[in-house]
Amino acid sequence: MHIQEGAKERHTLSVTVDNEAGVLARIAGMFTSRGYNIESLTVADITEDEAISRITIVTSGTPEIIDQIHAQLERLVNVHKVTDLTELGPHVERELALVKVKGTGEHRIEALRLAEVYRAHVIDATITSFIFEVTGTTEKIDKFLELMREIGLVEVARTGVAAMARGREAA
Amino acid sequence: MKGMDMATEKSGADILIEALTDLGVEVVFGYPGGAVLPIYDALFKQKRIRHILVRQEGGAAHAAEGYARATGKPGVVLVTSGPGATNAVTGITDALMDSIPMVVITGQVATHLIGSDAFQEADTIGITRHCTKHNYLVKDPARLGDIIHEAFHIATSGRPGPVLIDLPKDVQVATASYRKPGAVTHRGYNPQVKADTTLIETAVDMIAAAERPVLYTGGGVINSGPGASQILRELARITGAPVTSTLMGLGAFPASSPQWLGMLGMHGTYEANLAMNQADLIVALGARFDDRVTGRLDAFSPKSKKIHIDIDRSSINKTVRVDLGIVADVGRAMEDMVKLWKARAYPPAKLDAWFERIDEWRAKKSLSYPESKADIMPQHAIERLWAATHKQKPIISTEVGQHQMWAAQHFHFEQPNKWLTSGGLGTMGYGLPAAIGAQVGNPGALVIDIAGDASILMNIQEMATATQYRLPVKVFILNNEYMGMVRQWQELTYAGRYSESYSDSLPDFVRLAESFGWKGIRIQGAQELDAGIAEMLAHDGPVMVDCCVAKVANCFPMIPSGAAHTDMILQSDQVIGEMDDEAKALV
Repeated sequence: MHIQEGAKERHTLSVTVDNEAGVLARIAGMFTSRGYNIESLTVADITEDEAISRITIVTSGTPEIIDQIHAQLERLVNVHKVTDLTELGPHVERELALVKVKGTGEHRIEALRLAEVYRAHVIDATITSFIFEVTGTTEKIDKFLELMREIGLVEVARTGVAAMARGREAA
Repeated sequence: MKGMDMATEKSGADILIEALTDLGVEVVFGYPGGAVLPIYDALFKQKRIRHILVRQEGGAAHAAEGYARATGKPGVVLVTSGPGATNAVTGITDALMDSIPMVVITGQVATHLIGSDAFQEADTIGITRHCTKHNYLVKDPARLGDIIHEAFHIATSGRPGPVLIDLPKDVQVATASYRKPGAVTHRGYNPQVKADTTLIETAVDMIAAAERPVLYTGGGVINSGPGASQILRELARITGAPVTSTLMGLGAFPASSPQWLGMLGMHGTYEANLAMNQADLIVALGARFDDRVTGRLDAFSPKSKKIHIDIDRSSINKTVRVDLGIVADVGRAMEDMVKLWKARAYPPAKLDAWFERIDEWRAKKSLSYPESKADIMPQHAIERLWAATHKQKPIISTEVGQHQMWAAQHFHFEQPNKWLTSGGLGTMGYGLPAAIGAQVGNPGALVIDIAGDASILMNIQEMATATQYRLPVKVFILNNEYMGMVRQWQELTYAGRYSESYSDSLPDFVRLAESFGWKGIRIQGAQELDAGIAEMLAHDGPVMVDCCVAKVANCFPMIPSGAAHTDMILQSDQVIGEMDDEAKALV
């Protein structure tokens, strides 16, 4: 007997929640208990009174699963609103990464050249290493990391995706 | 402090009692312990709330479930921290799966001790996060009153469920003011109860156009209140459609109606499952297309359009894709449908051809069972129990297993809130505490737990609770000396290898009953059956009946797990042996 899985889509969900203890555990726990994927999750409070947080979740699943994730998130008492940005239409997504690269001589120069192409900033330097700060879509950061791996990647820290619908209205 | 409106400060424990009183709570099922002593002291000093002392916290949760299911009011549980809370977890999960309104108050170690692995500390909030509809850790007594009111609102509205409040001991002692809050509003919680009008119009059009409709009802109709059961009867009357129900929905529609098909699903009737299979329209009313109902999904009701009315949006399209999903309270939605149907003055539907087919399926008599001269057939025992009691409109609870399915098949319910069973979680040991809770809420009613010999032992300690409060519950054990459903599956799928399913070393249930101060009756052989039942009913206190039944009877009809409705087994000679791995893997 073999276990089968259906074709998956990647969706970015924006979720506004009460900013209180345990909310993140509820959301992360709902994903694990129902067997859903989390590719990335970011959270920070977004209102002046620190009462509301916005969570951006990148997930993947069949269209039926994505619909269930949406409905299951809405069921949580602390969740105010769920917006499927992928479903909604045009939106922007950005992620920030800190990338430590070591190397000397030609490797070092090549790292700086590539960083310029990717608009990465040097935010720390030693004689034998750099830390780059690079912002962009997940794909762009993946690509940058792929190149840096060849040169001498030491470690990476990524924020995960923050996303927002295009246009003047709140999603 | 000055001014008349400045409320006097009260301890957290007193705030709890006052808020519960304001919410109309009459009874609490609980068990004391170190971390709830301040609350028990506050209980001691008042007379408005009755406390029922159970014998294990799991019993408190099931008793609260039974109370809630039989009265329509939320069940309230009070237990201590650590083991008190963890013992209650099964009952809380049971309430979540079956959408039972329940508020659980757990004691917790003092706030400064939380996280220190203190005595009787458990992460109750973490443990119950996934088995409650919502939960709260209260750190400020000034917030306590509002939280209790909000907890009851959440537990009882929308799709009902258990809500837990974890109350550290220092918060029970610390003081704050309490004032009864107004209507609870919550930014993230606003269940939709009224259906979108255009969706109701579409639904009514679809029903009017259907040639082979089926109303498929579930526990949501019971949860929506007695009015929903009444309006279901009206909807069935004007549309003429046949009605089937899930295990949880039994009683919403009268079993005596000619439109009644019986329960559907794994142990449902042939006519109910074949009607689902051949229908051109299924109207799911407060039911959730559970795997025990649908069988193999890709073969489930392949020819039908489907309407699904449910208050929980996540139930719609979860397992079965539907053509029309309506998020609403099912009672309100049915009311809207009935009004619109009448306004449009549809002529009576021509469903004669459909009922002719249904009658052909009914002629199979799928609930018939082989008779035995020597033994009492368990199905027969339930039929006789029904015959002797149904005029008294008894409340029936069950444990989990064969006896539960036989009760669902052979005890014919006419009214809602008379059938208490653990459907979603399938918790053995549910029936006795649930019967106790139901009896507390309905002191004059006849309450019978139809039990199995294995299940009853799982919460046997609750016999003492019934004795203490003089609750005249009846426990009717169908004793076949097996975990019957496990044994049946082993017979059908594992070539009769009865691995650990024999109930060895059973107690003498009659003497056990007597030792708890109950009456004990043993029924052996068909000639003793009616007299034994009569003796049970004649006794005004609690009675345990040990009804010795045929040992290896099977519960049929049965749709094997993962099979289609059309692959129904009517009797055991149709399948014996070993199943393939795909079938074994499906629960």
